[in-house]
Amino acid sequence: MVPLQNYLILGAILFSLSVVGIVLNRNNIIILLMAIELMLLSVNMNFVAFSFFLGDPAGQIFVFFVLTVAAAEAAIGLAILVVLFRNTRSIDVDDIQTLKG
Amino acid sequence: MQTSQLAFYFFSIILIVAASRVITSKNPVHAAMFLVLAFFTAACLWITLGAEFLAIALVLVYVGAVMVLFIFVVMMLDINREKERRRYRNWLLPVLIIAGVMVAEMFFVLGEQNLGIDSTPYPIFNDPNYSNTKELGRLIYTEYVYAFEIAAVILLVAIVAAIALTLRVRNNKRANDVADQVSTSSTGRIRMLSDLNDDIDANKRKDL
Repeated sequence: MVPLQNYLILGAILFSLSVVGIVLNRNNIIILLMAIELMLLSVNMNFVAFSFFLGDPAGQIFVFFVLTVAAAEAAIGLAILVVLFRNTRSIDVDDIQTLKG
Repeated sequence: MQTSQLAFYFFSIILIVAASRVITSKNPVHAAMFLVLAFFTAACLWITLGAEFLAIALVLVYVGAVMVLFIFVVMMLDINREKERRRYRNWLLPVLIIAGVMVAEMFFVLGEQNLGIDSTPYPIFNDPNYSNTKELGRLIYTEYVYAFEIAAVILLVAIVAAIALTLRVRNNKRANDVADQVSTSSTGRIRMLSDLNDDIDANKRKDL
């Protein structure tokens, strides 16, 4: 029997890995979006683990909605990426500086 | 070691290796493929946690749709390989320290005394007819029906936004303008040549 703690630590490791990925892959927005998907996956892992151990399906409902929003986010993010590549011929985060913020 | 523990550690190791390959691989296609592996392994873990519907939804929605979209975009964009080599090695150490501190904090917070097997015991299932999908469907269409409707609207907004963002209207396209064709009238198209005929007749008469 695997305790709840192990699932939560697995989620924490996945989350930290995707934080590292976001910092390391700033020259490629596609991999950056993949790291965000991985982050959402680690959060969903926690939800499913708590839902199982507390016997409450509400956590799984929440994961369902997170999956929906993540799919919408991926679609819009990739569309923005395509428009960005059309305009700047680059997918480097450092090249997106026209707003001078 | 029990079979459930063995399965958990097996899937966890595959998941962590796949996730670290996603963030370290140079080729975006390789990263996408390892992300597919990570999602698939997470789905296996969710099945061991009794969330069958979500596991299958993860495989269908992510591996089947979102990752195909990712790979499609990766292959559509002609990414400059020379610029791709430049990576942020000097950021590696501080970010690794931050990630390590995050995991260590989680180890402290989620210690054996707080969330170990004693405080949150393994749940006991004694209903052989329990269906995860049925239970989720019942909850979605009763208790969470408004949230479900909002999720549908969010997906619709995503469809419209993605199409509106990537749609490129060309000025020089050769296509029929149906509205222009329908709204035309005879005066715009036909020019009566009776005056011209009169002129020709007059010229003939002059020649004669």
